[in-house]
Amino acid sequence: MRIDIQWLGEMLQRDLDPEQTAEQLTLGGLEVESLRLSGAEAGGGPAVDGVVLDFDITPNRGDCFSVLGIAREVSALDGTRMEPPAVSQVSATVEDTFPVTLDARAACPRFAGRVIRNIRPGCRSPEWMRVRLERAGLRALHPVVDVTNYVMLELGQPLHGYDLNALSGGISVRFAGDGEALTLLDGDSVTLQPDVLVIADDSGAIGLAGIMGGQGTAVSDTTREVFLESAFFSPESIAGRARRFGLHTDASLRFERGVDPVNQRRAIERATALLMDISGGEPGPVVEAVATNELPARRPVPLRLDRLNSILGTRLAPGDVESQLDLLHIAAARENGGWSVVAPDFRFDLRIEEDLVEEVGRMTGYDNIPVVAERSPRHVGPSTESMVSEERIADTLCSRGYSEVVTYGFVDEGLADKVSPGANHVRLTNPLSKEMGVMRHSLWPGLLLAAQHNRSRQQARLRLFEIGAQFARGDDGVRESRVLAGLALGAHRPEHWEGGGRDADFFDVKSDVEAILALAGRAADATFDRADHPALAGGQCARVMLGETGVGWLGVLHPRLRGGMGWKRPAILFAMQLERTCRARIPRYSEYSKFPSLRRDIAVVVDDDVSADRLLKCVRRATGGVLNDVIIFDIFRGKGIDSGRKSVALGLILQDRSRTLTDTEADRIVTSTTRRLERELGATIRE
Amino acid sequence: MASPAGLLEQARAAVHAAGDLAQLDAVRVKYLGRKGLITAELKGLGKLPVEERAAAGREVNRVKQAVVERISARREQLEAARTEAELANRIDVTLPGRGQPVGGLHPVTRTLRRIVDIFAAAGFGVRNGPEVEDDYHNFTALNIPENHPARALHDTFYLDSGHVLRTHTSPVQIRAMRSEGAPIRIIVPGRVYRRDYDQTHSPMFTQVEGLAVDTDISFANLKSVLYEFVSSFFEREVELRFRPSYFPFTEPSAEVDIRSESGKWLEILGCGMVHPNVLRHVDVDPEKYTGYAFGMGVERLAMLRYGVGDLRRFFESDLRFIGQFR
Repeated sequence: MRIDIQWLGEMLQRDLDPEQTAEQLTLGGLEVESLRLSGAEAGGGPAVDGVVLDFDITPNRGDCFSVLGIAREVSALDGTRMEPPAVSQVSATVEDTFPVTLDARAACPRFAGRVIRNIRPGCRSPEWMRVRLERAGLRALHPVVDVTNYVMLELGQPLHGYDLNALSGGISVRFAGDGEALTLLDGDSVTLQPDVLVIADDSGAIGLAGIMGGQGTAVSDTTREVFLESAFFSPESIAGRARRFGLHTDASLRFERGVDPVNQRRAIERATALLMDISGGEPGPVVEAVATNELPARRPVPLRLDRLNSILGTRLAPGDVESQLDLLHIAAARENGGWSVVAPDFRFDLRIEEDLVEEVGRMTGYDNIPVVAERSPRHVGPSTESMVSEERIADTLCSRGYSEVVTYGFVDEGLADKVSPGANHVRLTNPLSKEMGVMRHSLWPGLLLAAQHNRSRQQARLRLFEIGAQFARGDDGVRESRVLAGLALGAHRPEHWEGGGRDADFFDVKSDVEAILALAGRAADATFDRADHPALAGGQCARVMLGETGVGWLGVLHPRLRGGMGWKRPAILFAMQLERTCRARIPRYSEYSKFPSLRRDIAVVVDDDVSADRLLKCVRRATGGVLNDVIIFDIFRGKGIDSGRKSVALGLILQDRSRTLTDTEADRIVTSTTRRLERELGATIRE
Repeated sequence: MASPAGLLEQARAAVHAAGDLAQLDAVRVKYLGRKGLITAELKGLGKLPVEERAAAGREVNRVKQAVVERISARREQLEAARTEAELANRIDVTLPGRGQPVGGLHPVTRTLRRIVDIFAAAGFGVRNGPEVEDDYHNFTALNIPENHPARALHDTFYLDSGHVLRTHTSPVQIRAMRSEGAPIRIIVPGRVYRRDYDQTHSPMFTQVEGLAVDTDISFANLKSVLYEFVSSFFEREVELRFRPSYFPFTEPSAEVDIRSESGKWLEILGCGMVHPNVLRHVDVDPEKYTGYAFGMGVERLAMLRYGVGDLRRFFESDLRFIGQFR
């Protein structure tokens, strides 16, 4: 909300220093976002320069959406109690009235109306009024509209002016019928629901109560007879309705937060006087329809001094509290060690003791509340050796050359579908754009886009990772899981003076994945199973398994996706479910052998489709407990080896726990191993 | 067979001729090894007449000793020469090293870790929660009922009916207090979402929420913990300003500004005393317990700490940006 500082000064009957006022209000809880110099910026606008205070008023302070409300705060913060300015009654010169009935008494317990006849058409609001309206961000229009806006800004009471001759029968304030239609002032048609409060006449709904008037009854340049509305609508009956119709009006803003329920007559008198100054006219009497029992009741709230001081951490005396409450028009009567407090009519935010504590804290000044360290809590949380932290994983990848990225949780559905075809995506109903339409089912789309962003900025070699949540739609709602994902693209090492810059491949990245598994002490438990993933190239893709459970994927980006990104060189991707990957094995020490180890090398020829994993498993079964380690130190295809077969050279490290192995024993182990390889894997032994 | 003196001559010449340690060792084996020439002489002593043995023995031993010394001296010479040769190898120490360069953490992670470490040292435990939240935890339990104007402020992303992308990490307050009760001291880091996008608003950003509920927690305690945090985070004494504000889940509420080095006030976080309705929602008795809560934007703190002007930089994944925070 914006107001001209001169207007505020006029209400307070003194000149205000802009900087000082802004600071005072900001520290009092009414944040002045900026001080603008008006006139210069509003080209073609007001000729006179002036300072405008631009407020960011919190939703609890409906009472501050007016010059009067702000003036009250300035006074209270200054230490003076401000009484509202006197408004003189305008005597009726005609007897005309227009009938109003309250058919939704809780939603609209007060409606003040007045007929004004014979205003002069074609009048223009005075320059001073136009300047103030424009500085508040409102356009000066018809005098009736300008006056109602002006009074709203001044006193906080939204008003509405109808063309009396467009009204038929009488006015009723009621809830809309289901599907009832209404064309609004701005020309839009809306279809209403039964929880929407309307102003209606005999023809049907003529306005959204407290939000916006209707087109058919609006004042125009030819209007001579006006009916003014100054009503109180309960916040509950207005809240959320404007938003439902995509509206946000000055009236709804105020009614949603609560306007002063005893201010209606004052506002209509003020508007009448202002309008008559501009356009003349003959006012009828103010007619008020009231449902007294339904007006907001200000129930007494107990306030305890010790509670107040214990929440704030202060040592305020009863007198301090009373004088501060009095400045805010809050009535406090002493009552067993505290007070029984009644909030003024214009405050809707003082319902419980804590609300009053805030008022006292605010008036005391938050900066005057002491700084006190709390009793130091003694609490030892669980240590997490059994879970590898995300920090360690990130650090490991960083030291292996990866940079961390943070990408959006929502991605483009098209790309998501290419990476995870057939996935039942978690969709946003109101995305910012199509490119941010679905929650990511995988972290790979984000990494692919991150890689593409950098590739098109001359970054040839990329190692990227992200740790975050991914989302899938399950039977029982959205399943959310923490995932680590990475991407490698370009040379396996940076270009170097020794040369040798081959592209990174599956095995480069596999060692990164193994390093992550090793953090949890699980590298030896993990297996990499040949599997297919729609985003990865068929023959170069593995499912990472811990026991029987798949915990991740590793592979070369599918050529189709790679082509889509416009890349010529292969990209390697991995993704790991953190919940499983992070579960760490606590080391369990076992005595190592003190006896020397022996190495025996063998070369076996097997069919191409015999995996290293099968070969090693077979060797382990054949050797039993004396195998300390086995190394694949060469793989050869070609000359001397049948096509479709490969020669694999294995180094067996043999060691017994209880004695030194003899050469004869080692030879025997090798023989039984080769026999088993021959029998189970169709191996032939190369001499 | 050569005389001992002749052997000595031969051996001296051989030792002298040995050009490296391997050749020298061959010489040693030839003369002094198990089957060496001098060893053979010693073994042959037994065949001599008794009266000659002593003198011959002395002579052979003298020769052996001399050869041992020669070999040893030559070994030292050769080792020294080898060391010299190694030292003669000079490399260009200014050439770049070999291997993987290190990558780096994202500045948000770097900042988040510092925040978490500071509060962990002050006795706060870390809790996490889902990014897809239900309406109850994101709003209702935090004292933001349906149609509350505060809901409009949050610019929420909606999924299906009843589910949203959390607009703050505050729902984890509710989950944690529900399962752990009071007293409690936690911080909750995580990603949050709001439907807003410009230089100072991102549809996704990172928040850290803090919560302490105990008997006798006051606003004065809240001020204390935030002063300590901010001074620790910026590694200098920082002037703070507490302004009254409004959040549905705290009462009293405040916004906190820090005085920048240029003297300007910059908003860094929101905080307040936990609203009694929130405590009631999780069955904590507000007459017995009070608490404070605060929430800060991690990117905001990173921007202030590292001088980043545009929030959108954090989410572009540009290595020219990320690479500056290794």
